[in-house]
Amino acid sequence: MSFRENAKIIKTGCLGIGVYEIWFETSDIAKAAKPGQFISVYSADGSRLLPRPISICAIVDNKLRIVYRTVGAGTKEFSSMKEGESLSIQGPLGNGYDVNATYASKDAIIFGGGIGIPPMLELAKQLNCKKQIVLGYKDELFLNEEFEKYGTVTIATEDGSCGTKGNVLDAVKAHNIKGDVIYACGPMPMLRAIKAYALENNIECYISLEEKMACGIGACLACVCKSKDIDDHSKVHNKRVCKEGPVFNAKEVEI
Amino acid sequence: MPAESVNMSVNIAGVTFKNPVTVASGTFGSGMEYSEYVDLNRLGAVTTKGVANVPWPGNPTPRIAETYGGMINAIGLQNPGLDTFLTRDIPFLKKYDTKIIVNVCGKSKEDYIDAVEKLSEAPVDMLEINISCPNVKEGGIAFGQRAESAMEITSAVKKVSKKPIIMKLSPNVTDITEMAKAVEAGGADAVSLINTLTGMKIDINRRTFAVANKTGGLSGPAIKPVAVRMVYQVANAVNIPIIGMGGIASAEDALEFIMAGATMVAVGTANFNDPMTTIKVIEGIQSFMKKNGIKDIAEITGCVK
Repeated sequence: MSFRENAKIIKTGCLGIGVYEIWFETSDIAKAAKPGQFISVYSADGSRLLPRPISICAIVDNKLRIVYRTVGAGTKEFSSMKEGESLSIQGPLGNGYDVNATYASKDAIIFGGGIGIPPMLELAKQLNCKKQIVLGYKDELFLNEEFEKYGTVTIATEDGSCGTKGNVLDAVKAHNIKGDVIYACGPMPMLRAIKAYALENNIECYISLEEKMACGIGACLACVCKSKDIDDHSKVHNKRVCKEGPVFNAKEVEI
Repeated sequence: MPAESVNMSVNIAGVTFKNPVTVASGTFGSGMEYSEYVDLNRLGAVTTKGVANVPWPGNPTPRIAETYGGMINAIGLQNPGLDTFLTRDIPFLKKYDTKIIVNVCGKSKEDYIDAVEKLSEAPVDMLEINISCPNVKEGGIAFGQRAESAMEITSAVKKVSKKPIIMKLSPNVTDITEMAKAVEAGGADAVSLINTLTGMKIDINRRTFAVANKTGGLSGPAIKPVAVRMVYQVANAVNIPIIGMGGIASAEDALEFIMAGATMVAVGTANFNDPMTTIKVIEGIQSFMKKNGIKDIAEITGCVK
């Protein structure tokens, strides 16, 4: 069940260069939300019709937090919004991570890369298991301190300014990080490498994908990804990122 | 004037619709996902996403890009094929008190005939033949850009169809009235227009096309004036009813199409911005009628000459 709401902004902030947060007060969306799901955020400017799909970073009672990067006019508009103002949002959308699955009690490695880091915060909070959290950044860090209360945090930066110089898998090797299940969200090259790593080491792996979306609810078929098998809904080798995803078992998608 | 005295129902080829508002094919799936937000019982009809005789995988991603006041799409008519459609989507829609218009796509004349034959036996109300999709290499628009082939496809499907036929026209032609006349001559019961305008967007940061297909169909409020003009032209060129669409996001938009000559209207891209748009359009038309003392929607259909 998802909802369309005009949600009041109760807090905004800037977490780094081009990285912003908004806390919304919602009637129904937060109560229905799971980690790994997303919301559609609508522009108030009529020239921008399509919602921006943004992952849910935190769920606290009826409050919802998003952390996003400003990439275009739409996200810049959101970043200029002030406390007390409202934005039209729809959600929760997508499947999210299943924190009650049998595999969810296994020792986990949680990977977040760049603006793929925010959804992993709520996942880290809700998973009840031993957690290794590996966060990859280009240079500037954000949210990393907030992860510390949920597990052991290891940092990788491309420029080597903090933690391991390199990517998240370089950090795994450098610190000999082990786990029995992987959760990952981040840029496609990172997800491809993590999928390969999980297959090589025979580790169950769940990844969160991103694709350009229009409706956000599974009707328009814009945001498909390739699936290994014929998908039950589409009857072709396509799954809808917004509906069957954004979280997939890495084995079921071709990336 | 009490609400019940406003007649919004319209008739196309013997099919009565409770109001003149449907959705544009491809923007609403088969209504399943939208039924969470919209009471489908309130719609004049649900027009389903294009379906072919067999499943189609569609185009590579990215399939869409936002543009100023609109969007470009090149989905490529991904669809699960008729067998799944008939056993899953149609039974779902039959639970609602609304009419069903099935959009049919094909790569060859034989594909269209095959699909239309199968759909003729299904509990649906009308078929809309898509000869105007700009995003598939074979079929689609190839049939919709030459008057001769448009007429040929129309008469071929009319021959086998037990349902009224709507031909969906492309705006990517020199003279849309020629196409409308051709499908009328081929026996079409109605026309729907406009499909999307072929467009392109360049992603300057990636230095490539914003959609993988290079070109895509432009839709949304940006194309509305073109659509209204074409509906007006077609209304003055043929005697069959018109389902008007192209950028409708409000009752005011819909009324423009109706006054230009459309018997029905379809909400498309606006569904992505607000899933409740159809309902707002229906209510808005109703209040416009009440406010202006219009007892029957037919009084204003094509009233602008």
